[in-house]
Amino acid sequence: MPLIIFIIKRFFRLILTVLLVSTIIFFVIRVIPGDPAAVIAGIDATQADVAAIRAQLGTDKPISVQYIHWLRSVALFDFGNSMITGEPVTKQILKRFPITLTLATLGILMGMLIAIPLGVISAVKRWSPVDYFGMLLSQIGMAVPSFWLGIILLLLFAVKIHIFPLFGSGGIKYYILPSLSLGLARAAVILRLTRASMVEELSKEYIITARAKGLTERLVKYKHALKNALIPVITVSGIQFGYMLGGAIIIEQVFSLPGLGRLFLTGIYQRDFTLIQGGVVFIAFVFSLINFLVDILYSVLNPKIRVG
Amino acid sequence: MGEGEILLHIQDLDITFEPGAHAVRFLELDIRKSEIHGLVGESGSGKSVTSTAVIGLLPSPPAKISSGKIIFKGRDLLKLGKEEMRKIRGREIAMVFQEPSKYFNPSMKVGEQIREMLSLHFGMSRKSAVERVLELFNLTGLGKSNFGGGRRILNSYPHELSGGMKQRAMIAMGIACSPSLLIADEPTTALDVTLQMQILDLIHDLQNRLKMSILFISHDLNVVKHIANRVSVIYAGKIVESAAKGTIFKNPMHPYTKLLLLSIPDPEKRGTPLKTIPGTVPDAESIPSGCAFHTRCPYVRKICEKEIPALKEYENGHTTACHFAGETE
Repeated sequence: MPLIIFIIKRFFRLILTVLLVSTIIFFVIRVIPGDPAAVIAGIDATQADVAAIRAQLGTDKPISVQYIHWLRSVALFDFGNSMITGEPVTKQILKRFPITLTLATLGILMGMLIAIPLGVISAVKRWSPVDYFGMLLSQIGMAVPSFWLGIILLLLFAVKIHIFPLFGSGGIKYYILPSLSLGLARAAVILRLTRASMVEELSKEYIITARAKGLTERLVKYKHALKNALIPVITVSGIQFGYMLGGAIIIEQVFSLPGLGRLFLTGIYQRDFTLIQGGVVFIAFVFSLINFLVDILYSVLNPKIRVG
Repeated sequence: MGEGEILLHIQDLDITFEPGAHAVRFLELDIRKSEIHGLVGESGSGKSVTSTAVIGLLPSPPAKISSGKIIFKGRDLLKLGKEEMRKIRGREIAMVFQEPSKYFNPSMKVGEQIREMLSLHFGMSRKSAVERVLELFNLTGLGKSNFGGGRRILNSYPHELSGGMKQRAMIAMGIACSPSLLIADEPTTALDVTLQMQILDLIHDLQNRLKMSILFISHDLNVVKHIANRVSVIYAGKIVESAAKGTIFKNPMHPYTKLLLLSIPDPEKRGTPLKTIPGTVPDAESIPSGCAFHTRCPYVRKICEKEIPALKEYENGHTTACHFAGETE
């Protein structure tokens, strides 16, 4: 299948996913007991007040009309106004998104930069000290919760030695510690996967061919095996990145970063239905978009995948 | 020992696998210049271990070459350093494998997989290496328009080619650097019968044109009969008989060879039950004492259980390892 057809197919899948998620979140919110209008109006409100708010929210209209209206707002990327602050939800999300994006990008980059080289060396030099070090690191990385790591990093590099700021947001230096705590947890997973994948590729028959051709070990390992070994690594890293873009609630909390995670958390506390609704669709969209991009990258790396 | 200069001389080659499997036992084999040498044996008889040792790719551990010499163009390959041996692989001794779909890198274009070895061994520029690859495709029949032409194959991924095309490409890879010795390890086993013939004819034709020697490994006597000039029969890690093709098929001396020949289906003996050899090939971990074949041999006598028969020359270039060679009928 030519690449362009593959891309178009995957793009339709992306649209379909977002549509499905929008539909599900729409009905789930309507099924949950409690009238958002009553929540907004408060306990002391009169029937008339509640009715007025309903009319304002559009929840007095038939469900089919509301659904069409909702799909329209999803398509236009306009999720209405927050029930609490009255600010447009889209604007609020887009204001916070750069923070989360920076955090996630730096996090996954740090994770991959640590994990992939170490995983490859571990696989090539199996049962060597480097390998044991890598395995130990990965074990620790998986066992240690990232918020704890975040706190330790803060204590070390912000309190004891004043290299990085304690909290807040601004320049890149505000992101180093939080992305490191996020990235190390991802690194643990990516490292194991890289090692396993590389070991598997090195045991395949085409490696024998490469050696029988008289290629140098460097070419055998880093030209032939590595490219194939990286295919699953890219996929998993991409999915991890997608998750991180949905907001890292705990890490944002620890480092007081006003990212998406904290925005949505506040929304949930305050029962801000429009914010939650818009937030879920936004996360679904970003996640699907990353998946879409990973799929394309994957098909470039592994042309066989385009057949299916 | 027969005519023709010897290209590869294997002497007393002994290979064990940890723990305690004796895969190749003091094997002796000569491959002459410009001959197609068929190496025949059942699975587990040590054919592939031998060829892997020749090309220097036995994994060690678990494999251990405890003795022997592999003399190629006057040099003992077993004494060469890693880098020296690497330069021989692909350049002087190349290999064609059984299952082309597994032995090609799935994520690299076929042309590139051949081109890279030309650039590495000859320092060819990308452009001239690509020209050479196209030439190789023409030689192996891949340049034909019904395959879409050589340019298309060049830019195809392995999974985009059929089994037969892949094997042709694999052969193109094998002869890319014009090696003196091409090892073909069951190159037709994974193919359909109709394709088998085409590939065999291709190998035959290429040998005629390029004059290299071919070590053709197979478990199929019919295939070997079709292609080889000389045939060696291997049993439990040892050559039991070696002769020119005509001689070995007309006048086999070793009981194992005789029984193998009888077990080939013959259209003239239609209706009679096919002969088979009773028993199975011994495990490399428990090779019988004396002549390894004595447990299955219909002519077995006392001495066979005790003494390993030496590989002796009987007629011109016809060697066999049997205590009673020539006596058994």
